[in-house]
Amino acid sequence: MLRRILSNDLPRSGMLTMLLLAIFLGLAFAPFVFPGIKALNVAAKILVFIVLVASFDLLLGYTGIISFAHTMFFGIGAYGIAIAVTRLSPSWSAIAVGLACALALSLVLALAISLFSLRVRALFFAMITLAVASAFQTLASQLSEITGGDDGLTFRLPEVLSPAFRLSREPFLGVSLNGRLVCYYLLFILAVVLVLTLLRIVNSPFGRVLQAIRENEFRAEAIGYRVVLYRTLSAVISALFATLAGAMLALWLRYNGPDTSLSFEVMLDVLLIVVIGGMGTIYGAVVGAVLFVIAQSYLQDLLRLGSEVAAGLPWLAALLSPDRWLLWLGLLFVLSVYYFPSGVVGRLRVPPSDEGAR
Amino acid sequence: MRRDFDWKPLLLVPALALLALPAVGSLPTWFTLTIAGLAMGMIVFIIASGLTLVFGLMDVLNFGHGVFIALGAYVATLVLGCMGDWTQSQSIIANLVAVLPATVAAMLVAGAVGLAFERLIVRPVYGQHLKQILITMGGMIIGEELIKVMWGPDQIGLPLPAGLRGSWQWGDAAIEKYRIMALAAGVLVFGVLAWTLARTKIGLLIRAGVQDREMVESLGYRIRILFIGVFVAGSALAGLGGVMWGLYQENVIPQMGNQVNVLIFIVIIIGGLGSTTGALIGALLVGLTANYTGFLVPKVALVSNIALMVAVLLWRPEGISPVARSR
Repeated sequence: MLRRILSNDLPRSGMLTMLLLAIFLGLAFAPFVFPGIKALNVAAKILVFIVLVASFDLLLGYTGIISFAHTMFFGIGAYGIAIAVTRLSPSWSAIAVGLACALALSLVLALAISLFSLRVRALFFAMITLAVASAFQTLASQLSEITGGDDGLTFRLPEVLSPAFRLSREPFLGVSLNGRLVCYYLLFILAVVLVLTLLRIVNSPFGRVLQAIRENEFRAEAIGYRVVLYRTLSAVISALFATLAGAMLALWLRYNGPDTSLSFEVMLDVLLIVVIGGMGTIYGAVVGAVLFVIAQSYLQDLLRLGSEVAAGLPWLAALLSPDRWLLWLGLLFVLSVYYFPSGVVGRLRVPPSDEGAR
Repeated sequence: MRRDFDWKPLLLVPALALLALPAVGSLPTWFTLTIAGLAMGMIVFIIASGLTLVFGLMDVLNFGHGVFIALGAYVATLVLGCMGDWTQSQSIIANLVAVLPATVAAMLVAGAVGLAFERLIVRPVYGQHLKQILITMGGMIIGEELIKVMWGPDQIGLPLPAGLRGSWQWGDAAIEKYRIMALAAGVLVFGVLAWTLARTKIGLLIRAGVQDREMVESLGYRIRILFIGVFVAGSALAGLGGVMWGLYQENVIPQMGNQVNVLIFIVIIIGGLGSTTGALIGALLVGLTANYTGFLVPKVALVSNIALMVAVLLWRPEGISPVARSR
């Protein structure tokens, strides 16, 4: 049964199994185990990032092509919900309309980008996505009548998801059963379903072909698979999942702006999580997202502390300032690509004795 | 080679300029815009030439190229800041004397950092495209953040020297002096580059290496050293382009590397990876398009470049004149 749910792709490591189980249980009972608004926000962000990064892993880890436009699709999903709900009404039908439009837009854009770049060489894809994503970001902040410009959009959601809604008058296990809780569990169910679907996709015959293309494009073509077609499909599927992750983000935040979903910083986060977690293992996205989001939420405080300690040395203080968070992320990123390319999951899956042989 | 010279792309630039004439309407405005577009195109070409050669020679796509642009511009702010007397002077000669050391310093620093970048960031990941893109992107972010540490995250003014400001009237058309200078400098750099590539032994080896690296190696030339030379020269050119870009905008921000990077990628995709002629045509097309659409419909200026790229790719999927064949 479990084997079927996980698409026959078991963690294959005792440590990893424990870790994943702990993450699953931790997220499932987060509102009860870790009370407080900040903790719940962190947990929700983890859920969103798990889906976003897992969808990116399909592209980077399994197909071996890099996209810098993943946050664009993420943003399309978030803006889809935000614009539809603001324009129409805070209702489920508006959410459905927004999501459908966002998915359609992502589909068309991903298809167009892929067909233009992938038929020449996979390298083009990285460059073209970078250009398109930056144009889209400019466009989103310029068309302020629709997108709210740099300020973004704040909106209301259906009654059931709003904080004012009460499931019951009595608190349950010390936690009040309000709309935020409903929203969190909606995200949780969505995340579980989407991750399992992605696991299904990468372990299907289609996923195997993607891996074959990653390992040896020429040979895959020679065996008779249309490499362009498979890469395009992979890019489109990945874009659609990113759009769904964006919708999840918008549902949770009840706000969307260019900085939250479109910015290059988010793209960097995604890249870093994939590399840290382990490329080409959907589980890597889960582990990486948990580690990273927790670190991001609490490490910045640590940097601030370091900066205050180093106040006597202006140079060091400037380096340690929380504003320079990206510098350390970038360093961490380069070092992990060099020395830690298989990520946490890859490391856990290889028994220590085999490591020398690899 | 000469008998089947590919002349069609060369017509694209005048064709685009003529096409824009009825849309813009008035001749003087069109003239001003065209000069501005060509000047911008030449600056972008100077930056893009290094990137496309590095790619053609070693199959290395450097996503961190933008760092050298920003670095060059910031070094120029330092040097020009120290030379207040010369930049305030009305004499163009004194201004040029001030700009020259700034440019040289920018190129030297960018070249030196390029050497370190090649050694630390690029060399360990030769032949692995995926890692290359990731690592150079990481290098780009680190470089940008270090610039913020050193010069602060805010925009810094980079005023043009007094003598280079203002414009010349030519009939009804006003042409900014600096744009003419940028155009002239661009043509000069292109001339030197084209001469080096076409007429010198090193240029011959570079072109041969772009076409077939292994063959050049088997003839006994050490292509690694050649490559390092091209990488450093490309970084220095990016630094020079950064100074020119900074003076063109009259300010510098740490993110400028990333912004220009996007333009450059569009340029080398349009031109065809590895081709300098293609990069020149691509850069001029991008410069002209940016200026025309910036005047006609400002909101879609960046999107227009992407539309241009799409149009070119529909015509020639590998770019205007691809040299580096898929290996």
